[in-house]
Amino acid sequence: MSALKIKKGSTSHSAYNLRPTFSDVEERHTLAVLVENEPGVLARVIGLFSGRGYNIESLTVAEVDHTGHLSRITIVTVGTPQVIEQIKAQLGRIVSVHEVHDLTVEGPSVERELAMFKVAGQGDKRVEALRLADIFRANVVDSTLESFVFEITGAPDKIDAFADLMRPLGLVEVARTGVAALPRGD
Amino acid sequence: MTRQMTGAKMVVQALIDQGVDTVFGYPGGAVLPIYDEIFQQNSIKHILVRHEQGAVHAAEGYARATGKPGVCLVTSGPGATNAVTGLTDALMDSIPIVVLTGQVPTFMIGSDAFQEADTVGITRPCTKHNWLVKETDRLPGVLHEAFHVATAGRPGPVLIDIPKDVQFAQGTYQPPKPSTSHYQPQVKGDMEAITELVAAIETAKRPIFYTGGGVINSGPGASQLLRELVDATGFPITSTLMGLGCYPASGKHWMGMLGMHGLYEANMAMHDCDLMINIGARFDDRITGRIDAFSPKSKKAHIDIDPSSINKVIKADIPIVGDVGHVLEDILKVWKSRGRKTNQSAVAQWWSKIEEWKAVDCLKFQQTGKTIKPQHALARLEALTKDHDRYICTEVGQHQMWAAQYLGFEDPNRWMTSGGLGTMGYGFPASIGVQMGHPEALVINVAGEASWLMNMQELGTAMQFNLPVKQFILNNERLGMVRQWQELLHGERYSHSWSESLPDFVKLAEAFGAKGILCSDPDDLDDAIMEMINHDGPVLFDCLVEKHENCFPMIPSGKAHNEMLLGEAETQGVIDAKGSVLV
Ligand SMILES: Cc1ncc(C[n+]2csc(CCOP(=O)(O)OP(=O)(O)O)c2C)c(N)n1
Ligand SMILES: [Mg+2]
Repeated sequence: MSALKIKKGSTSHSAYNLRPTFSDVEERHTLAVLVENEPGVLARVIGLFSGRGYNIESLTVAEVDHTGHLSRITIVTVGTPQVIEQIKAQLGRIVSVHEVHDLTVEGPSVERELAMFKVAGQGDKRVEALRLADIFRANVVDSTLESFVFEITGAPDKIDAFADLMRPLGLVEVARTGVAALPRGD
Repeated sequence: MTRQMTGAKMVVQALIDQGVDTVFGYPGGAVLPIYDEIFQQNSIKHILVRHEQGAVHAAEGYARATGKPGVCLVTSGPGATNAVTGLTDALMDSIPIVVLTGQVPTFMIGSDAFQEADTVGITRPCTKHNWLVKETDRLPGVLHEAFHVATAGRPGPVLIDIPKDVQFAQGTYQPPKPSTSHYQPQVKGDMEAITELVAAIETAKRPIFYTGGGVINSGPGASQLLRELVDATGFPITSTLMGLGCYPASGKHWMGMLGMHGLYEANMAMHDCDLMINIGARFDDRITGRIDAFSPKSKKAHIDIDPSSINKVIKADIPIVGDVGHVLEDILKVWKSRGRKTNQSAVAQWWSKIEEWKAVDCLKFQQTGKTIKPQHALARLEALTKDHDRYICTEVGQHQMWAAQYLGFEDPNRWMTSGGLGTMGYGFPASIGVQMGHPEALVINVAGEASWLMNMQELGTAMQFNLPVKQFILNNERLGMVRQWQELLHGERYSHSWSESLPDFVKLAEAFGAKGILCSDPDDLDDAIMEMINHDGPVLFDCLVEKHENCFPMIPSGKAHNEMLLGEAETQGVIDAKGSVLV
């Protein structure tokens, strides 16, 4: 079957790439969506996901081009290839959306997330937390005699791993930013 | 020419500059400045409806019958919320309309002010796009952009929410200029895919054109090209409810509507074809029936301007994103340049198979006895009106399906029905919009008594503006379609599917100053219809019909195209548990 020929980065439905089969296997995709920075645009994107029953694993948004009035929304979603294609096409038809990129299929990309962990404890546990933080290159951004706040940046699975280690050591609170991602190279 | 003026004046000026001649609306506190401007000009006619839902359906009817975007003006709060059904209807059927709503002044937004509603929030999922305009200087740009977005690509409803202080404030008006919007949907199809389709056309043994509302939306030129392609290839053509009229019902290759209540031959041919050419249709569940049994042997080409329609439901072997008119032009060009080839002998055999299916005569009925059969009423309406400059609207229910089956449409833009949303109450206001667009035409709304009552207040509108719309009510004193499903699915337990205390429709008409006609005897039918046609003014035609007639053919929920029911005898226990959860 022939794929749709739509220029990458073209206005209303970029990165549209049809798959040959309807597979049942769910995949995790990271989408970068460039949108008009205007009130309500995030609601449009989120409303699309909730209204059509798609998953959002993580979502981040911030203005990336002040003069061009553009924000970048990074969405991590899970679905069958058909659902992923639908999500991209549906995002593409939102009038405020300028570009949709599927970083998972468009080539190698880097994903990073920032997280903060508050870990409370004394004695050995406290020492162990600090030691592990060092191994994970987490920074201490706040400390009291009974607690630390660590700041860690990395791919989501590194942060998951750090969370798993901190849990038995007195993890009390976590804040994660969600994924930001960029394609590698030029 | 840029000029200083108030926001309210900008609204009227922008409408004039966009070529708008008619606005359907209803005033209220938050739009009074705009109404004040409407009062002081003569370029735009304002039609005062009796309910904001009516305004939106009227604008939809106007848009569908004229090909121009319909325009509505309503107030904040309840005015806006009353418009929601119409917006959703227009979104589902891809109808270009521009709805202007008043809003409380910017400094009161968020304070739960009187008649404040989060209009852009409420209408975000039921518009193609919407705007809240907080600065008067932004208003002209947004107004012009709204017309662009409503009509470009896959058309749809848009809404502009305008706070009252923005209407009062002065700003700089900008006339429309060529769109600089980033929103520019692709209209040209990919030539490689088009060539692949042409190659498939050349060799297909059992081809079928499956067309839809996209052909109508692409404009009359697209219908013209479609006719040329169909007649030149000699392939059979069917259409969805939304596409009726894109190919003439009297045309040699026409097979009638397909789908849940479509014709036997059309559905059988869809099931058995080897090449399906979907032009501007979207594999709606009313069309496909059971997905895994849908046309199992065919290669499927899908032409659609909306990339999200492709592969949404049915996998397309040859996907083509583009405007139907542009793509058809290219298909014809390529096909002709390659020598206009088709597999004629195989297609002839295919036609003889189709003729066998046609011989089943799935729409046959017998008008016997003293009660009018709804099918007979429509057959007579067809016979007596088909030579008129005629536009047909419908409400939703059995009568709608019978109208699609028994009336013939020769041209696009002549058939206005709520397809995607199935909105009872659509047809009457839509007929008002159609009549505004075509003042001299014969505009008929084929209605059910229950649907018609949902927006009956618009009789006041029809009278006030001398719109001679004909309301042809097939009165079965039942929510007929609901009753039919209860018969088939719920053991004939008719829970709340009949209307008691129906009004005397003749007296009701007279109460508004309109003409009422009652007809219950098949022998009187023709004369009564002629009386309706010849009356210069709105008519409420109460046609008492058989109360328990079911609409056939029918593909029961959860069944495949080749498992159609043709009549009463086949209905016992046909829908299994899995089918009964479907709507
Ligand atoms: C606003 C709305 N409410 C409910 C329905 C569900 N519904 C579909 S058809 C129908 C009955 C319509 O009755 P009538 O207008 O008399 O038409 P008939 O089927 O009898 O021809 C109903 C209730 C609907 N389509 N729209
Ligand atoms: Mg009825």
